[in-house]
Amino acid sequence: MGIEGIGARAVRKEDKRFITGKGKYVDDVRVHGMTYAHFVRSPHAHAKVKSIDITEAMKKPGVVAVLTGKELVDDKIGNLICGWMIHSRDGTPMKMGAWPAMAPETVRFVGQAVAVVIGETRNQARDGADAVVVNYEELKAVPDIKAAIAAGAPQLHPEAPGNVVYNWSIGDEAAVKDTFAKAAHKVSFELTNNRLVPNAMEPRAALAEYDEAEEHYTLHTTSQNPHVARLVLSAFYGIAQEHKLRVIAPDVGGGFGSKIFIYPEEMVALWASKKVSRPVKWTSDRTEAFLTDAHGRDHVSKATMAFDANHKMIALRVDTHANFGAYMSLFSSSVPTYLYATLLSGQYNIPNIYAEVTGVYTNTTPVDAYRGAGRPEASYLLERLIETAARQFKIDPAELRRKNFITAFPHQTPVIMAYDTGDFNASLDAALKEIDYAGFPARKAKAKSEGKLRGLGFSCYIEACGIAPSKAVGSLGAGVGLWESAEVRVNPVGTIEILTGSHSHGQGHETTFAQVVADRLGISINQVQIVHGDTDKVQFGMGTYGSRSGAVGISAIVKAMEKMEAKAKKIAAHHLEASENDIVIENGEFKVTGTDKAMALANVALAAYTAHNLPDGMEPGLKESAFYDPSNFTFPAGAYVCEVDVDPGTGKTTFVNFVAVDDFGRLINPMIVEGQVHGGVAQGVGQALFEDTVYDRESGQLLTGSFMDYCMPKADHFPSFAMETNV
Amino acid sequence: MSSIKLTVNGKAVSADVEDRTLLVHLLRDHLGLTGTHIGCDTSQCGACTVHIDGHAVKSCTVLVGQANGSKITTIEGLAKGDELHPMQAAFRDNHGLQCGYCTPGMIMSAVDMVHRHGGKLDEATVRAELEGNICRCTGYHNIVKSVLDAAGRMKVAQAAE
Repeated sequence: MGIEGIGARAVRKEDKRFITGKGKYVDDVRVHGMTYAHFVRSPHAHAKVKSIDITEAMKKPGVVAVLTGKELVDDKIGNLICGWMIHSRDGTPMKMGAWPAMAPETVRFVGQAVAVVIGETRNQARDGADAVVVNYEELKAVPDIKAAIAAGAPQLHPEAPGNVVYNWSIGDEAAVKDTFAKAAHKVSFELTNNRLVPNAMEPRAALAEYDEAEEHYTLHTTSQNPHVARLVLSAFYGIAQEHKLRVIAPDVGGGFGSKIFIYPEEMVALWASKKVSRPVKWTSDRTEAFLTDAHGRDHVSKATMAFDANHKMIALRVDTHANFGAYMSLFSSSVPTYLYATLLSGQYNIPNIYAEVTGVYTNTTPVDAYRGAGRPEASYLLERLIETAARQFKIDPAELRRKNFITAFPHQTPVIMAYDTGDFNASLDAALKEIDYAGFPARKAKAKSEGKLRGLGFSCYIEACGIAPSKAVGSLGAGVGLWESAEVRVNPVGTIEILTGSHSHGQGHETTFAQVVADRLGISINQVQIVHGDTDKVQFGMGTYGSRSGAVGISAIVKAMEKMEAKAKKIAAHHLEASENDIVIENGEFKVTGTDKAMALANVALAAYTAHNLPDGMEPGLKESAFYDPSNFTFPAGAYVCEVDVDPGTGKTTFVNFVAVDDFGRLINPMIVEGQVHGGVAQGVGQALFEDTVYDRESGQLLTGSFMDYCMPKADHFPSFAMETNV
Repeated sequence: MSSIKLTVNGKAVSADVEDRTLLVHLLRDHLGLTGTHIGCDTSQCGACTVHIDGHAVKSCTVLVGQANGSKITTIEGLAKGDELHPMQAAFRDNHGLQCGYCTPGMIMSAVDMVHRHGGKLDEATVRAELEGNICRCTGYHNIVKSVLDAAGRMKVAQAAE
């Protein structure tokens, strides 16, 4: 195999195990003496737990234990936390109600756990759970934003009067108001961004083991960020100390944000493993996934854009209500604020922006970061607003966009973000050319003659990726830094292990990360092993979400590589009797530039570990580590255009064409990048046409709680995609 | 309890299991064949697809008793030693997988699809017949590409045999 460096469409190193059924996901892991957990969940959206009778359950064959929320409280296990503090406009901190991992007194959404049954087998645990009798006193539920903020609405948490978590704002309210007063045109609308269920194909799972002699826990869990899980589980929940807890996130079957968060189930499994002195495994079924995986989106917004007489944008005001569900999930507070409102400038030069966001509790599943997290919500609002304006002004929506594109960089928006670079016209030009925009009126007329309604829509998006500069997010309330760490180990024989804090759950890190290393050294990607997902192997990490693994995770690897290469060059120079400044790395060799003198990487590595002949004062070994903290976000942007036919008789929407042009910069593996875009497009189409999360307005029951009710995008929903990248 | 005898990936297997045991649980929990996955509880997602007597079947919807005496092939039994089945190779070569969780079911369904259509598959048929397999990562584009590529490879392989 040749060298597959940056830019190569290398087939993925990890695929062999997946296509042969040898992947190792959490539920695939079996240990001696393992028991199974099954949770007893609330059938009510809002109720008091009057009593829990476990007598019959304990008599069932194979039931090892039944544990309830009260015992959790008695053992002083902490409540679930939200790790990003948001302050309201009046300066008060956000108002959070307590979220115990199993509810001892009150349940606030359908599916909330009240007890857990530990059984010898999966079925015995389930039978035991069926025999637990919970006496509830039903309370009136508020399943949507409108009901929750109405006067006299039932209150979810005493800490949050009016069911409001916070009322936050960004931007200059007075400037926007003044600009509105002198605007030539104003365009307003109300917009709902509907709730989505993440539905990673692998349901969440946890396997907890407690070693009594060592007082040490091991948790296998479906996590996008095992180190963050370890930190949160140890620092806040009082279950295990950080050095006494190993968290392993092995192969993880998709995350999309939903596996960032620490959930009640893995906390309970960990706690229960000590209580019953047996390993405890819990695997979610799909119904539980619908009820308990943190959902996404769910905004209701009012927005007004002001234009001058030349249709230049001059001010934007947005008022958004964000539904948080019944409890504040780990990063939920940041999603409709710093991940959403900071992107409300989009690709446009809008001198004045003011946004107000009200976070609301409802009797629904908690909502948190999901596939884009706030940024798709911002794009959708802005792009729909521009489309509405173009129709109101009766001008070409592409022209209205062009007229307002940011063209000079760097550009400071009024909502924190400073875009480093971009060429929004180039992406739109390419997309319009590809879709034959000029020919659209003729196609539309032809479709009309055939009884179809032809439409064309744009999305000119920008995203803040590579989350995030620690200092910046710290000043905005984040409880963690968002650097990444990496370690490069060159083994004595010259093979390389890269330990990374990023976590791959479908993104192909084992290939792309290896390509970067192979490219620097001129070696095969097969000489490079990427190690991730185990806190005992990788020392630190912040994990994978917010499109950060390439920008932040790989940068940490590059920093560590630079340190390693610098040392290796010193060793090579010493042996080749040259100056280290004359050493270059090519085809796996350290060469003295301009000569034929060279030393193979394997020999440099061997020299580093035998340490028989190293430069004076040099430590043996060839292993370096680094932390990388980004100085800014990265800002990929692009233009997507979609052409559809709607059958006015049936409402059926058919794709005619879909063009995606993305400006991603330099691609490490174009094949993998295209795959990521395909998936993203399917998600966007899914939300626009198929997916919706529906709660009964009276009872708060989730009506779309299975794949029979929730319309997951299927293969025959889509045409074949044509993708372009505007590098 | 039932005593079950079947052939799994060419090997005779017998087990004493609860009557309510599903085939997928026999494969995963008793035989350690964890390549067959469970992605839903309503027989929609297809992650658990295996072959029973040569036909693609969702193993989460089959009681072990119903499969008694049959020949089962799982994803672990598809390759001939180190030689990947053309469908497996096509999924790898066309980046037909990302997280890999739906992949075993996709591959088992797709192999059956190619067999039934005798290698004459078009894109619309592949898309329609993947209705019972859900993927959240790929947008299906490269999965469809993989199946069509494999259909060609399987035709060639058949001709060679």
